Amino acid sequence: MTDRVAPAPDLFAPAPRGPIAWFRRALMRSEAVSGYTLLSPTLLLLILIMALPILLLVVFSFWTQNYVDIDKTFTLANYAKFFERSAYSYLLGKSVLISGSVTLITVLLAYPMAYFIAFRVTKHKLIWLILITVPFWTSYLLRVFAWKIILGYNGVINSGLMEIGWIVEPLAFLLYNPFAVVLTLAHAWAAFAILPIYVSLEKIDRSLLEAATDLGDGRIRRFIRITLPLSMPGLIAASLLVFIPTVGDFVTPNLVGGTSGTMIGNVIQSLFGRGNNWPFGAALSIITMITITGMICLFLWGTRSFRRRVA
Amino acid sequence: MSSFNPVQGSRFGALGVYAVLYLAFIYIPVMFLPLFSFNDSVFIAFPLTGFTLEWYRQLADSPGLLEALVNSIKLGCVVAVLATILGTFAAKAVTRYKIPGRGPVITFIMLPLVIPGIILGIALLIIANMTGLGLSLFTIGLGHLMVSTPFAMLVMVSRLEGFDKNLEEASKDLGDNPWATFWRVTFPLALPGIVASLLLSFTISFDEFILAFFLAGSETTLPIYIWGQLRFPTRLPTVLALGACILMISFVVVTFAEWYRRRGVQLKTNSGV
Repeated sequence: MTDRVAPAPDLFAPAPRGPIAWFRRALMRSEAVSGYTLLSPTLLLLILIMALPILLLVVFSFWTQNYVDIDKTFTLANYAKFFERSAYSYLLGKSVLISGSVTLITVLLAYPMAYFIAFRVTKHKLIWLILITVPFWTSYLLRVFAWKIILGYNGVINSGLMEIGWIVEPLAFLLYNPFAVVLTLAHAWAAFAILPIYVSLEKIDRSLLEAATDLGDGRIRRFIRITLPLSMPGLIAASLLVFIPTVGDFVTPNLVGGTSGTMIGNVIQSLFGRGNNWPFGAALSIITMITITGMICLFLWGTRSFRRRVA
Repeated sequence: MSSFNPVQGSRFGALGVYAVLYLAFIYIPVMFLPLFSFNDSVFIAFPLTGFTLEWYRQLADSPGLLEALVNSIKLGCVVAVLATILGTFAAKAVTRYKIPGRGPVITFIMLPLVIPGIILGIALLIIANMTGLGLSLFTIGLGHLMVSTPFAMLVMVSRLEGFDKNLEEASKDLGDNPWATFWRVTFPLALPGIVASLLLSFTISFDEFILAFFLAGSETTLPIYIWGQLRFPTRLPTVLALGACILMISFVVVTFAEWYRRRGVQLKTNSGV
């Protein structure tokens, strides 16, 4: 590949001078400058409305709430409070457990579906992909709300079963528990898991599968030795895409979780609302983020050692 | 792509049955919203008692609904345009130019997709509060811009990837200035991506709840309005009617966007040598 050459300058014209002309020439010459010029509005915006606010959130977590005022002296009191009262770490642990189950279920359910679209569907791939993607763009709130009316005491399932005479009284255990939360989240995030897995399966070189078959591998052996390891990046991406956002969710636990299905997101949300203790809420969210990051590192380390063992 | 089919024989088989069941799992729960929105009873339960349009009629005289709807549409349009502009620039930068630090930059722009919404929401809430910016549609817009820009960029990257540099250079060689090159070559080629990105960003903003929940001032958006209505049991059928409308609109818009975008990508790969 040859380097891109700047357009030949007109030799008889005097070279333009001044900072603007210099900047323009540099712009023409350097790919990096052109690239970053195009990126700069996005980067600047994200620094201003994402990076800085999150830094401020960290700073905030070291302050304390003094009735209506914020006391800006540096203190670890909020973090101490988290470790002193076991209720908070219990809730965080429960949130991680719920999100972990959701991730496991979602990814396990999504894999065969992605496999089906990648390997079996030949003609109408487009339609299948659209069918899978569309629900995930539609209102999250409404998808969660749908489960509230399905699982409710007088909801769709209970009234339906009573109507056909399978039960006499409504089943009270359907709604307002951690299982309802897991089920609802697994449904709401389903499409999120399929796409990354599908992409990684689609990328697999089909001749590798052919080679494995030629070398005498059966279907299952071929899947374990070729397909599964090669689709690992997709599996990992899918797991992270589901796990990370669900840990902090408060909509689902609020609508279908009841008291036993409360998650850490509900506490953070109430601290910024009625509880009105923003610094403690900030500390809780920082702890949640650190926990999530820790879990991810553990997960990546685990999958890496799994891949090494298979290889 | 080789035409090798890893399964000899049965094409649909057990996996096909599974796929259909899976689609049912995704779609059926949501279908109860439109179903009961036509049911002639305040209680959302079987048996269905009769057909009515009463709940849709009640939508018309719900105070605050129209205002929330207008807010959501305004917000969605602004967010869609800005996110698409930012996403297109960013996608152009990473697909067209060799830039140092490409990986970290892309990761940074994609971060809003993997940071829990609640954290993005409270972080923005704190900064809006401390800078004296206050809460309004503007702050919700900032939040929505943050989460839709990565999607816009993803859509545009998939459109611009494999985009033939030579076409732009040819236009330049034939004497077009950069502006003309942009309008005559770059823009038409990127158009399917731009349309898809506009529609998807609009839908994200239109349906987004968590960020809006923290960042809303006195002006609400449609999801915030719905959230408020959920407290009143007698309002539930009306919420169902509203939900059915929103799902319907989102569904049509997104289906069109996805179809348009993926068709474009397919045409491109098919015509590739």
